[in-house]
Amino acid sequence: MIRLYDFVLSGSCYKVRLFLSLLGQDYETVPVGFYPAKEHKKPDFLQLNPLGQLPVLRDGDLVLRDAQAILVYLASKYDPSGSWYPDDAAARGRVAMWLSFAGGELMTASAARLHDVLNYPFDVASLREQARQAFVVLDDHLAEQELRDCPWVAGPEPTVADIACFPYVALSNDGGIARDEYPAIERWLARVMVLPGFIDMPGILTPWSGEAAEEPAA
Amino acid sequence: MSKDLEPAALDQWYVIESSEDLRSDQPRRTRLLGRPILGERSASGTVTIEERTEEGETLRKLPCLERYGYVWTTLGAPVKPLFDMPEFEEDGRRLVVCGVLTVRTSPGRIVENFLDLSHFPFVHTDILGAEPMTEVTPYKAKLDESSGELWVTECGFYQPQAMAASSGAAQVDYLYRVPQPYAAVLYKSSPGKAGAFDLIGIFPQPLEETLCDVHCFMLVYDDVSSYEGMLQWQQGIFLQDRIILENQRPARLPLDPKAELPSRADTSAIQYRRWLKNLGVEFGVA
Ligand SMILES: N[C@@H](CCC(=O)N[C@@H](CS)C(=O)NCC(=O)O)C(=O)O
Ligand SMILES: [Fe+2]
Repeated sequence: MIRLYDFVLSGSCYKVRLFLSLLGQDYETVPVGFYPAKEHKKPDFLQLNPLGQLPVLRDGDLVLRDAQAILVYLASKYDPSGSWYPDDAAARGRVAMWLSFAGGELMTASAARLHDVLNYPFDVASLREQARQAFVVLDDHLAEQELRDCPWVAGPEPTVADIACFPYVALSNDGGIARDEYPAIERWLARVMVLPGFIDMPGILTPWSGEAAEEPAA
Repeated sequence: MSKDLEPAALDQWYVIESSEDLRSDQPRRTRLLGRPILGERSASGTVTIEERTEEGETLRKLPCLERYGYVWTTLGAPVKPLFDMPEFEEDGRRLVVCGVLTVRTSPGRIVENFLDLSHFPFVHTDILGAEPMTEVTPYKAKLDESSGELWVTECGFYQPQAMAASSGAAQVDYLYRVPQPYAAVLYKSSPGKAGAFDLIGIFPQPLEETLCDVHCFMLVYDDVSSYEGMLQWQQGIFLQDRIILENQRPARLPLDPKAELPSRADTSAIQYRRWLKNLGVEFGVA
């Protein structure tokens, strides 16, 4: 059985939960005491991932860290359609480019959230500014993709790149980053949220939770 | 200097850290009601809390207590001792201390949301509520004159997964105790012990009028869940509330009786706001 070392509030772990759900793949979770106990920095966990980070995935003898790496593995192994990680040189290049963006530039939005929610001692103003710059890049790209009739991050169909980019963009409000200025991002988030098998996580306002919360008596 | 605060805010007991996380190698530099606070534990285990100037100089030592897994202080002179929770003495319960979670809103908004059953199906979908079972049945909200506490009683709700240990949907009995304006505890039917109640409590530590560190605990009969499973269940619920709370306007809790209320099942909100107004609470209200 696939085993995910997990923290409920981690957007990086959610990348993996979301993708497993989209694939309809069974798995078990091991909740790791990320907060407040910092179990991910203690010897037991460091044996699993010397970087002291979640998520970690175990499948048989294979142990993988890094959400992007895990998504590539899961798509390669468990997606018979091949569409989530297309077998084409240019397509793979584009997917890898955006996977790297998800694990790199977009993580500034994750850090802003850690500051705002869990009190991490970060320079939040600078993080939000960097996250906004990354959002502008993504928003411009998605707007161009729409014009090309290619509305997903790396091509005409959703790929693991969409799944890797989705969480920290969708959770940006938790870190004090509003998305009013990124209309193409908003439309893309809405497309992800109606994929069959989509699941949310705490902090993501789905269209249904958002409206309902404003008018519970309806 | 910070502005003068009213007794109704000053004279409450506030958590500034969990006992476990206030360690001799880990002091807590924080704020309370807009004022700088330092909490420390000496190598021998003694806790001291002081109010400081913005520049970090000691102004005065503050009262401090350790109880229920938390470190408590006050900036005023509470007329009542810290409220008693006899459930902490009961055998077989497990305590889960959820860690500080920060929310950009007022303590009143946080307590009011905690008392509100009607948001369950929409905010905690398929956990604490589910459509179409959205109806809030009549309940009572009343100030208990002898204790000076607000109690909300006779609540019930249909819940798909009432607690971490729940094995399926159930009709769950609830009651709420608000022992002081900025602290609240709920009691709900325990899936782990028939006829008993599990406790969940929130202690907002108001850093500023519209910024709180929220301390949250569970005290439950549960022999099946792992500690981490229970903890993350509660942290997940909390983050679902957080985004709703941060979107409420105004962030201060409006006490004007004409102000709009968030939902239809308002009895508890009406009583809560009225109580704060009668007590003369000004910090964090509009
Ligand atoms: N490159 C990793 C980074 C994941 C990451 O930042 N995880 C966070 C939790 S959301 C973490 O474990 N942080 C602890 C740390 O970085 O020390 C990935 O994308 O999976
Ligand atoms: Fe809630």
